[in-house]
Amino acid sequence: MGKYDFPDARGHFGPFGGIYMAETLIPAVDELRRQYEHFRDDPDFKAEFAYELAHYVGRPSPIYYAKRLSEHLGGAHIYLKREDLNHTGAHKINNAIGQALLAKRMGKKRVIAETGAGMHGVATATVAARFGMECVVYMGAEDVQRQAPNVFRMKLLGATVVPVESGSRTLKDACNEAIRDWVTNCDNTFYIFGTAAGPHPYPMMVRDFQCVIGNEAKQQMPELTGRQPDVVIACVGGGSNAIGMFYPYIEETSVQLIGVEAGGHGIATGQHAAPLTANAKIGVLHGNKVYLMQDKDGQIIETHSISAGLDYPGVGPEHCLLKDIQRAQYVAIDDDEAIAAFDALCRFEGIIPALESSHALAHALKIAPGMGRDKAILVNLSGRGDKDMNTVARIKGITL
Amino acid sequence: MSRIRVVFDQLRQQGRKALVPFITAGDPNPQATVPMMKALVEGGADIIELGVPFSDPMADGPTIQRASERALKHGVGLRNVLDMVAEFRKTNTTTPVVLMGYGNPVEAMGWEAFARRCAEVGVDGALTVDFPPEESGEAFQHLARHAIDPIFLLAPTSAPERIDAVVAAARGFIYYVSLRGVTGAANLDLAEVASKVAAIHGKTTLPIGVGFGVRDAETAKAVAAIADAVVVGSRMVQEIEKSTEQNVAANLAKLTRELRVAMDSIN
Repeated sequence: MGKYDFPDARGHFGPFGGIYMAETLIPAVDELRRQYEHFRDDPDFKAEFAYELAHYVGRPSPIYYAKRLSEHLGGAHIYLKREDLNHTGAHKINNAIGQALLAKRMGKKRVIAETGAGMHGVATATVAARFGMECVVYMGAEDVQRQAPNVFRMKLLGATVVPVESGSRTLKDACNEAIRDWVTNCDNTFYIFGTAAGPHPYPMMVRDFQCVIGNEAKQQMPELTGRQPDVVIACVGGGSNAIGMFYPYIEETSVQLIGVEAGGHGIATGQHAAPLTANAKIGVLHGNKVYLMQDKDGQIIETHSISAGLDYPGVGPEHCLLKDIQRAQYVAIDDDEAIAAFDALCRFEGIIPALESSHALAHALKIAPGMGRDKAILVNLSGRGDKDMNTVARIKGITL
Repeated sequence: MSRIRVVFDQLRQQGRKALVPFITAGDPNPQATVPMMKALVEGGADIIELGVPFSDPMADGPTIQRASERALKHGVGLRNVLDMVAEFRKTNTTTPVVLMGYGNPVEAMGWEAFARRCAEVGVDGALTVDFPPEESGEAFQHLARHAIDPIFLLAPTSAPERIDAVVAAARGFIYYVSLRGVTGAANLDLAEVASKVAAIHGKTTLPIGVGFGVRDAETAKAVAAIADAVVVGSRMVQEIEKSTEQNVAANLAKLTRELRVAMDSIN
């Protein structure tokens, strides 16, 4: 492939991305873009970000060879990028730190966030405490119930958690409400957006902050195995952990990139959160043009996934482009397959993965046996599963 | 000449300001919309802003969100809204109708099909809240081909160069959002609105409407003194919520008349 250079100056990844926002927020988005363009190459900013990642988050995260699991499957070797070992338990903290440092430089004293599974909310509440900022997190009322431990964590960290009762009461509705807060309070408020989607510069900025995952992996894999992996797999909701892992590998065309969406009850049932796999139409939501689950009237339809963090009808614009140019493949894993992978990692490796990451792992479990023993699969284990105890217990018919 | 232009020219000659009530099509039910539009005209509306229901109305406060949800429960989509305008035009050929909504339903229908149908049924302008001029070039060529005015928002936070870009793309009138926040918020700063409206007037001959925060006859009157048009949205929807199916049209006519009288008393 030729030089990969996206997005353009106004945030377009080919036909995707852009800035589709009400005029009331355009000035705030423009200001954010100018500030980020200024600070992204600023040596002090970069040094402070690197310091926080090393000393507060605990980076670099290790790569772990899942030996028993690989031997059990009898095919390709499976390696795990251990984002679950980060402070706060997921990759979300990488981006939250980056945006909080920018907020600090922009003089914003108040940060807001949307959250689905609660990992981005916890990460934002954490950095707000770390930097002494007021924090409000919007969370769908449905997610507040299924992710109760994370709600409690956010409150312990001093954040206000606002349950959102509108629409489907999940992640997209939390986004709507956070945007409404931002338009009202943009003078003193920084919106720490959690995924690589939304209006420019968010998809680029979140990617840049999350790229530490792929940059580390690119260095670690040769140290560990003598070469780069054959396949890299990551789960995709909005797609921040996946783009953080994929982006440094885009021009390494010998490495196959696979994004795993939430298949829910199965693509055929329509009850899923897999716009790329299900060939959803292009649409506009939350400030960007992307593949979007919608009905014939252009209304956004309700999604389903066992994992709150993947339960979103759209996907980041860069993943849409990577699909179109066939640099990455996108597949879906349904709820049952994700649970089976969750169980397998618990039993074979003593690691309890997040249900989101279990989707990526499930696809590795599916393809590893058909690959040679000389092949290597790198799975981004984007988060740990402590937050999912209630959900998993309920599925197994156990009352805690 | 477009209906919007005719109305503003007439009002200017009379020394009056345009009253632009907003209702969401399909709220509280699809059958009610056309009678309500007629009631608004009867009460003294000059232009009708008709909301297109959307599942994720990010720029709207709770009141207009609820209106969208009620309409969506009846399955009202963009095609139905256009049919309602066609029905309205059977008895009214002069009152301009502006559709207001979000871009995705139009994207789903296709801009060319949308613009053609707008022209067929007698829609005069379209405001897609989340499509700023920078992202609207190709889409709005379709509107231009069918002589549908693209209406754009300007906000208290819009910088001078931003105002230049928006007025260059806009037709019909400019919709100035009078406050920071979503529709239905309540902190209107009239002095700031007046100075911003004057600044925009310095850059365009298009009429300027002001909305987001006009909640009673008194604020309507105050805004009429400084703008060419007064847009009233959430207050209309609240009236619909307070009414029964039997009296909703009469109540809207009465409220519109109160606003009309107050606005006309500035002379």
